[in-house]
Amino acid sequence: MDTTSKASSTPERPKWDNKVQYLLTCVGFAVGLGNVWRFPYLCQIYGGGAFLIPYLIALVFEGLPLLYLELAIGQSLRKGSIGVWHSISPLLGGLGVASMILSFLVGLFYNTILAWVLWYFFHSFEDPLPWSQCPINDDNTGYVEECVISTPVNYYWYRQTLNISPDLEESGSLQWWLVLCLASAWSIVYICFIRGIETIGKAVYVTATFPYLVLTIFLVRALTLPGATDGLRYLFTPDWTLLTNPQVWLDAATQIFFSLSLAFGGLIAFSSYNPKKNDCERDAVFVGCINSATSLYASIPIFAILGFKATSNFNACIAGNILDLTNAFDIAEKNITTENYENWLMFLNSSDPDKVSGLNLKPCVLQNFLGQSASGTGLAFIVFTEAVIEMPGSQVWAVLFFVMLFSLGLSSMFGNLEGVLTPLLDLHMVPKWMPKEIFTGLICVLSFLVALIFTLGSGNYWLEIFNSYVGSVPLLVIAFFEIIGVVCFYGMNRFCDDIEFMTGRRPNLYWRVCWMGISPVMLLVVLVAYVAVQVQTHPMYPAWNPQYEKFPETEVKPYSDWVFAICVLLSSVPVLSIPLVAVYRLIRRQTRSQTGSSYQNPYSNPAFTPDEPIQTFKAL
Amino acid sequence: MRAAVLLLILLPPMVAQDLCKDSKDGFKVRLSIKTALGDKAYEWNKSEMFLFRSTLAFAMRRANQSNQDTNYDTANILVCNDTQRVSFVFVVTSPDDPTQLIPREQVEQAVKLSKHRINNVFLLSDMTLEFVGIPPTLAAPIVYDTPPWLIVFGVVIGAVAVGIMALLMSTVSKTRRAKDKAAGFAGEDAGIVKENGTTLSSLGGVYNQAFSNDDRFTQL
Repeated sequence: MDTTSKASSTPERPKWDNKVQYLLTCVGFAVGLGNVWRFPYLCQIYGGGAFLIPYLIALVFEGLPLLYLELAIGQSLRKGSIGVWHSISPLLGGLGVASMILSFLVGLFYNTILAWVLWYFFHSFEDPLPWSQCPINDDNTGYVEECVISTPVNYYWYRQTLNISPDLEESGSLQWWLVLCLASAWSIVYICFIRGIETIGKAVYVTATFPYLVLTIFLVRALTLPGATDGLRYLFTPDWTLLTNPQVWLDAATQIFFSLSLAFGGLIAFSSYNPKKNDCERDAVFVGCINSATSLYASIPIFAILGFKATSNFNACIAGNILDLTNAFDIAEKNITTENYENWLMFLNSSDPDKVSGLNLKPCVLQNFLGQSASGTGLAFIVFTEAVIEMPGSQVWAVLFFVMLFSLGLSSMFGNLEGVLTPLLDLHMVPKWMPKEIFTGLICVLSFLVALIFTLGSGNYWLEIFNSYVGSVPLLVIAFFEIIGVVCFYGMNRFCDDIEFMTGRRPNLYWRVCWMGISPVMLLVVLVAYVAVQVQTHPMYPAWNPQYEKFPETEVKPYSDWVFAICVLLSSVPVLSIPLVAVYRLIRRQTRSQTGSSYQNPYSNPAFTPDEPIQTFKAL
Repeated sequence: MRAAVLLLILLPPMVAQDLCKDSKDGFKVRLSIKTALGDKAYEWNKSEMFLFRSTLAFAMRRANQSNQDTNYDTANILVCNDTQRVSFVFVVTSPDDPTQLIPREQVEQAVKLSKHRINNVFLLSDMTLEFVGIPPTLAAPIVYDTPPWLIVFGVVIGAVAVGIMALLMSTVSKTRRAKDKAAGFAGEDAGIVKENGTTLSSLGGVYNQAFSNDDRFTQL
């Protein structure tokens, strides 16, 4: 082993300026887009307040122990993910490689979502908002047909932003405006990431705190909107019967897991820059609780606004019906109001039922409008943008919302990129002549070039594939092996000793029981259940196809074979490195034990090797 | 005799009613005054109807300005089927021959030409003053020289580029200052040590692992 170059040029390990930076960075990494657009949706479809029970159980028995584990090993072993797992056991070196590959892949598509957020942000300054009305067609005779059949908001998202192709197979071309937005997203990420945690630590003062400010502003605004209480009641009304459905528990466990950004290696990297004596137990509990609290806090304004939107849609529906009735029967204006609509309808139906049925009045039920929920990009770019149009002063709210989304995503991107950078730095894969700034720039440029796939016409479909297959099963596998690695290979006693050195006290019974028993079992069950649910149906995807006969409904198409093969590859290749590295090390160990000692004798002093040429003493 | 006179007096309005009712050249008009103006809504009465007829006569005149035949008057606009909705049907008769109706297409052209003026007379809009069968012409889309989103994009990218340049420059100047300092030390020495003194490899020595402060080896 070349020990000369390894230890001779070791600069001091970078460290956080203060504890606040470290905590804000961890909180920023954990709190991301999922807290805003996934948790409220899950809460709503799984029986409101009742969902909090499986969610909190998952937090206590799965989330917090894993979080504490990652922060502790990073802080004690003071290396990125590859170095840490190599230190614990060379057989587990593959875990670090898997984390690094995963962080890179997730960073690719996550920043594309930020590019879309930027696109909407740039357009939020226009008056009127471009997604509020349909554009006029080429010969000025009417509105664009695709927009009229669907809604202006849908049209703006699918056509004017994504310019989506009707099928995954049709790639289309690079959408130049998305390329520009992607370039700006990566530039903004680069400028924050340019010197590693030196610049990240400064950036998180803004990116981690700004979302809370905006959420509070939205909370105050949303609670004053009409219909807000309907939305909140719909969200939080508990439906206890749903707790018997195992899907609820599975989704709660996966939500906690993905929400805390475990198994990316980013948390290990962040805590590796800490001083050795730091209370990581308190940090872990703090980050975990803040993450869940943020999810809850975010769901209140989101659902108040969704309630407002449902009420607006309901009122518009009734108003449309009233207008149809007024025009058909030539009744004086404002005689039919929302209050006496039902009475009038009955009266008119009894006097002239044929004419009334000929009008094709839409059924207006508030519950149906409330039930039109969405998660993910659908929530942010379709449902929420529609709600924002109805609010007075739409531009302000749109700008605030998209800046909030951007800072939420940006602070999560830092974790993803640190999960890539720190292991590479620890492995000394950076040539000595290259300053860190150039290296981070190279990472950003490479990621940008690969992420150009997502700016194609079929880019959104590919992003969904990455989201479902990269950001799910591999993470669960890695987390499972992490716990097994620490408990079995490193040893629980040794780990507790390390923690006692760092925090001043041994971890109590709850932590040890979770690490040794509850958490691995829970992870295994979740992993098996998740895979079992996935393999039951041949995967399909919703395609936006204007030629579909039931348009504007999305056409559900199955993945073709080559695409499905790519999905399987995406899930398995990161995870493959775990057994591959283990096998490689085992073979090396076997061959080494045949030829001689493989482990370094700590008492051997190469400075006294008699075979060295005289020039070693020249400088003395 | 008296009957004949009576018939003569009553005939034109009756004829007028017949011309208006069920005519294929007529248009139904709908006004939604309360929706448009709320509290400031005015009441629809005979005077307002007179205003409507004179406005429409104006529209017909404006459409036929090139023609000499521009003697449209309020009497040429016939109204019927007046309802409480504030909706009615009107037809336009030719100024030369009160029994002859102007064809539908000509009336449509005239209304389309002056719709904006007609709207403003009644403080209404295309949505609240409807001519059933005459769709409103859509406003031409605003064409920007530079789309506003590109301006915001330019500002953001410019700021980020300036920031990156500044950070890179500061790194370059930092390394240059460090190099100058190291060159200063090297100049004092006899020149054996080339570079910054902390780089052990340049001294040609071998790292002595026995003195490593790596915790892995020191913990017993």
